[in-house]
Order: sequence, then structure tokens, then C-alpha cells
Amino acid sequence: MLKQYFIELLEKDKREDGRKPFEYRDVSVETGVIARANGSARVKIGNTEVLVGVKLDVGTPFPDGPESGILMVNAELLPLANPNFEFGPPSKDSVELSRVIDRGIRECHAIDLDKLCIKAKEKVWMVFVDIYPINDDGNLLDAGALGAIAALKTTMLPKYDEKEEKVIHKELTKTKLPLVHSPVMTTFGKIGNNKFSDSTMREEKAIETRLSIVTTEDGNVSAMQKGGAGMFTADDVIELIEKSAELGKKLRKLVPSK
Amino acid sequence: MGGVGGPEKLIVNGKRLDGRKLNEMREMEIKVGVIPNADGSAMVTLGETKVICAVYGPKEVLPRRNLDSEKAFLNCVYGMASFSTSERNRPGPSRRSTEISKVIADALAPAIFMEKYAGLEITVIMEIINANAGTRTAAINAASVALADAGIEMRDLVCSVASGKADGQLMLDLFEPEDNFGEVDMPLAILPNTKQITLLQMDGMLTKAEAKKLIEMSMKACEQIYELQKKALKEKYGSEKESE
Amino acid sequence: MVEKIHIKDKDVIVPGTLLAEGLEYLPSGKAFRDGENIYSSTVGLISVKGRVIKVIPLAGKYAPKRGDVIIAKINGFGKFGWTCEIESPYKIDLNVGEISMNYVDLKNSKLADYFKISDYVFGEILDISESGYISLTAKRMPYRKLVGGNVIKVSPVKIPRIIGKQGSMIKILKDSSNCEILVGQNGLVWIKGNAENEAKVANAIKLIEQESHHSGLTEKVKAMLEGK
Repeated sequence: MLKQYFIELLEKDKREDGRKPFEYRDVSVETGVIARANGSARVKIGNTEVLVGVKLDVGTPFPDGPESGILMVNAELLPLANPNFEFGPPSKDSVELSRVIDRGIRECHAIDLDKLCIKAKEKVWMVFVDIYPINDDGNLLDAGALGAIAALKTTMLPKYDEKEEKVIHKELTKTKLPLVHSPVMTTFGKIGNNKFSDSTMREEKAIETRLSIVTTEDGNVSAMQKGGAGMFTADDVIELIEKSAELGKKLRKLVPSK
Repeated sequence: MGGVGGPEKLIVNGKRLDGRKLNEMREMEIKVGVIPNADGSAMVTLGETKVICAVYGPKEVLPRRNLDSEKAFLNCVYGMASFSTSERNRPGPSRRSTEISKVIADALAPAIFMEKYAGLEITVIMEIINANAGTRTAAINAASVALADAGIEMRDLVCSVASGKADGQLMLDLFEPEDNFGEVDMPLAILPNTKQITLLQMDGMLTKAEAKKLIEMSMKACEQIYELQKKALKEKYGSEKESE
Repeated sequence: MVEKIHIKDKDVIVPGTLLAEGLEYLPSGKAFRDGENIYSSTVGLISVKGRVIKVIPLAGKYAPKRGDVIIAKINGFGKFGWTCEIESPYKIDLNVGEISMNYVDLKNSKLADYFKISDYVFGEILDISESGYISLTAKRMPYRKLVGGNVIKVSPVKIPRIIGKQGSMIKILKDSSNCEILVGQNGLVWIKGNAENEAKVANAIKLIEQESHHSGLTEKVKAMLEGK
């Protein structure tokens, strides 16, 4: 019933809240909102609200990247944001959300991880990006990804005491995290043959399938992920890549520039 | 608790490291209804400590083994976001957060008409977004307002603040350096109408006289907190007009 | 004995507010007595009529009462009927004998022929027993299965505002949208028309929910219905 309702609206190029199919709700990005974090952002897309915090620490590099820093992206879906989230080990949704946003940042080498080496094979910076939805009204993927990049862009490295080999978390340096790209994610939903962006929670209940696309500032695609049990045609995908670059450009303006 | 590696003095010329007087609380801000999905919600800022609380309920009890046929199952969960602390905090419950969740439930239950929700569950989720001591007291203040926002029937709101001793002096609302390097930390919560205490924990050493002084100091601060809670609720619920 | 009233009609109060002192006053709604004092147990609106001090709750889930007109959602099959949810933590039963004025023969038909899971029913709370067993009836007009349309959820506290004084607000919604609209006291509203109009009404109802305590609401709603 709900599906039919949305299809009828979409055939007329309309959404329930009056938006056009590829129109985003009001988006706002605030950075520097969490004093303890090395970088942070609060993103609101309509009623969806996500907090992202970046914390840095020093650890041993992975054997396959002895001179590279480490990036870890994690999303915590607390029942705070949505009564359908459950306490306990990460759900499939939370794992997917974490990994898709992670790849969006990692694949285009947004962070120059080679600049995060302190002592080859022994000590590198570890960048932890933690995403906490506060209210879920759909499209946590785009909100989380936007928050992640905004937080990373404003992240300052804490002081590292070389002698004691310890991070002094409470002292920040003026060094920013080495970011070379600003990847932006846009997620599209599909109901019937109709595609649209920025789904609300009600729309997500009716969506058959979705496609998340990450583009960088030069319009190139750096990551894609199809979710849900439905299907996309090749034409769909090309059309959406173009749309993603277009929409991504607008969203990127909300992220503080270097 | 108690001094290695901390600042030389926590009190200089009668003022604390953040400029406060001994019996001064940090600035508190309360906002109601911050999570549209929740049945009730609130955000509380106490100095740099920030907490968000969501209340869901009354609802069906799941898993069924938690069902109490005489009164509500009050499920309180206190957590700290990974980015809320200096060193990243691993997400998920810890022994500390489990204990705090329990004392918070014990602080809120006396205010709620638990028998009216027999066989049902009330879930209170409190997440610390930024931590600078006083997190459990801020969480209780937020939970109390969020419960009211959810329409859960209560005898009274619950107000909470911590007091303690640092550099030998009794003081109100310890912030991080005082909490880490001071001598006593005593969080307390009360029902403001009857001044009955629903949370009391203490770490350190106090004489009976000092304990009495701290309780009085906290109770007085709770009066201010109560006003802020009322104001925040009235800001959302405004002056309803029945007709127009 | 001190007789004292601390609030006045139309005040908004919070839980634990002392409303009055003295046994002369009588608590009603969400007001309760403790010793000689009367307090409020929820965020609410005060209504003072003579010695009766009533607290009308401004927050809280729907609490079913006998005779309430509601919209229920079928969520299971039982032995003699269906189980429903009504945006309240209590379980509701719809007995096979309460869906039609005619006899329903389960030997030659099955429950799913009448109502499937996720179907919506417009009905009335028939009975609430001592043990908390709540039953629904949908056999008399205008109660029925709701086919098609769109169901949205609002705070039950706002339902009177959506209906309006003597149905004035709901009339505005119906007239300007050509939609069938049914309002459940449990906070569910059913809208049926073409999809565009259904969306228009849904947005107007969300506006009423958000702005119910501001003045000029009727004008804002009319503007929204005409504009969109």
C-alpha cells in the first residue's frame, strides 16, 4: 500500500514532503562540536541527525603497510536514534553502514596515510572515525559520510611525545590531518522504476533497492554500493553517477574547505 | 583519586581552575524533544559535559524474562560515545557503565509511578557525547526531563549534582581535574518536592560535618537545576490554547 | 488546615508541580493527591472547574478507554479472531464475531479472507476487562476494514486539534483535498484520495501537530493546503 502511494507520487515527479525526486531535505553541517574529539561534525538532513567524532592514537602499523597510517570507520546504531535498533553486537545494518562509509573515504585515498608514519614499521597514527546517529529519519549513509568527511577536514593532530612514545591527548598541535580529497556520498533509492535521492524513514520502508555512489571533487567515482534485493539497469547506474557528481558538488560546499 | 601528575593547585586565590567559586555550579543548558523518533528526549550540557537522552515507552517487554507483573521494567542504559573522552573509549558497555546504568535506574524509579506500568517496559538511553566529569548527574537530569517529555507519570522530576573535596576544600560540581586529582567525589540526586535522596555515592574520606555540608550544598544547587528543567519543559509545551 | 490553590486555569505545568493544598480540592485527570496536597503527574494543561482541578496531559502514549474510536492494525491471527496493535503497549483482540452484523462461518472460510496482517481496521474499543484484556468491535457502521489510502501517526494528544471545534479543522482538510479522512483517538489518521492530495493532507496534519499551541494555526493550514 505504501509502495503504491510513493510510486503514484513519483510518477508525478513528487515526494511526500513536496520535494522533487532528486532534491535533498535541508542539510546542515557544523564542525568542532565535540571538545574531546580531535575532529567532529554534526550533520542534519531533514530530521535525520548524525554526530561524527574523530579520535587519533598511535599504534603499530599493519604488516602490509609498514609506513602507513591506519583508518578505522565505525558506526554505532544505538536504540537512541531508532526504536528498531537493538543493543548488542553490531547488526548487519551497522556493519554495512560502517564499511560503505569507510570505503568511500579509503578508496580515493582521501587521507594521505603515508604522511601519518612516525617511525617505519613501529609507530603510525591511527585515525578512528566514529559515527553515532542521534535521530534516524532515513539516509543515515549520506549523513554519516558527510559528517565523516567534515570531521576529518577539521581534525587536528594531538601532540606526540617521541621520548615517552605516548600521545598527549589533551594537547593539540596546529597540524591538520593530511586530507587530499573530499569524497561525498549520495544514496539513491528505487521504487518500481522510479529513482530518487535522500529517502526519509517512511520511504525507506518502501524502497526495493538502493545505490550509494561516492564522487570526488573532480567528478570521478570512487566507490559504489548497491543494497537491497531489487535491481538497477546499466543506464540507471550511469544516470545516477552523473546525478551523484552534481548533488555531491552541492553537498561538498557545506564541508569546510582546506 | 588523589594526586599524582596533576596540577600543582586546584584552587588559586579562592577560585577554581575554571574561575568558579567553591559553591558554583557550571553553566547548565537543557533542551527538550531533541530526538523526534523517541517518545521523549532531552539534551543536557553541564560545562563541557554533554549528554543526550532518549526515552521509549511504555512498551511491550522484550525479552519476556524481564517482565514484572507488579511494576514497570525500567531499562536504563548509560553509555559513553567513543569520542567523548580524551583517549578513545571503546564502544559498548563496560563494567563501569553497567554499574552507572543501575544506579541511575535506582535514582529515577522512585519518581516514576512504577505500578501504573506493570508488565510494561520503559527504556531510557543516555549517551555521553562529551565527558568532563559529572556525567552521571547530567544524565539523570536529562533522563528526568525526557521521561516527562514522554508523558511517563511521575511524582516529581529528579535533580542531580555532584559535590566533593579538592585541595582540602568542599566544592560543588567537580570538573575533570578536580574529579581526577581531588579527595572526594559525591554525586547525589533528589526529588525536589520532598528533598528525598534517590542517588548517593561517595568516594574518598569525609567527616560527618563535611558530609552534611556537602549534602546541603548539593540540595541547594538542585533547586536551580529544578528551575532549569521546568523552564526547558515549558519552552517545548508552551502555553497551550485549547481553542483558537 | 490551609486551603490554597497555586495554579490557575490554562496554566501549563510539569510533573511534581504542587497544584493545591487542602482536602477541599479534588484531583482529576493526571492530578493526584498526596496527603493534603494535589500534584500533577505529567506535563499538562490545567483546567479548574469549581473545586475540581484537572490536569489534561500534553504528552504520553494513548491509553485505551471503552468507547474510544480508533484505527487498529492487524498483527496476528488468534483462535477466534485477530490480534491488533493500536500504538499503545497493550494487546488488543478483534473477535470474529465483532467484524460483521452477519454470521461469519469459519468452517467455510479462513481468517485471512477477512483481514490479513497489516490490514487497518476502523473500530471502537468494546471492552477492557479487569485483567487488562482489551477487545475491539467493528461490526456497526461506520466501522470497517480500511482499504487503500495512507495511515499516518500523530501524537494522540493532538487529535482534538486535528478534529477542531465541532469538526471545523477536519472539515477544512476534507474540503480542500477531496480525501476521505478518518481520525482514530489513538493517534492514527487514515487518508484516502489521490496520492498528491493524501500527501497534502499528511503535511497539513504534521503542521497542526507542530504548531498546535501557536495562534493563527487555521490560517497557516489553509495557506498550506492552497499553496501546495
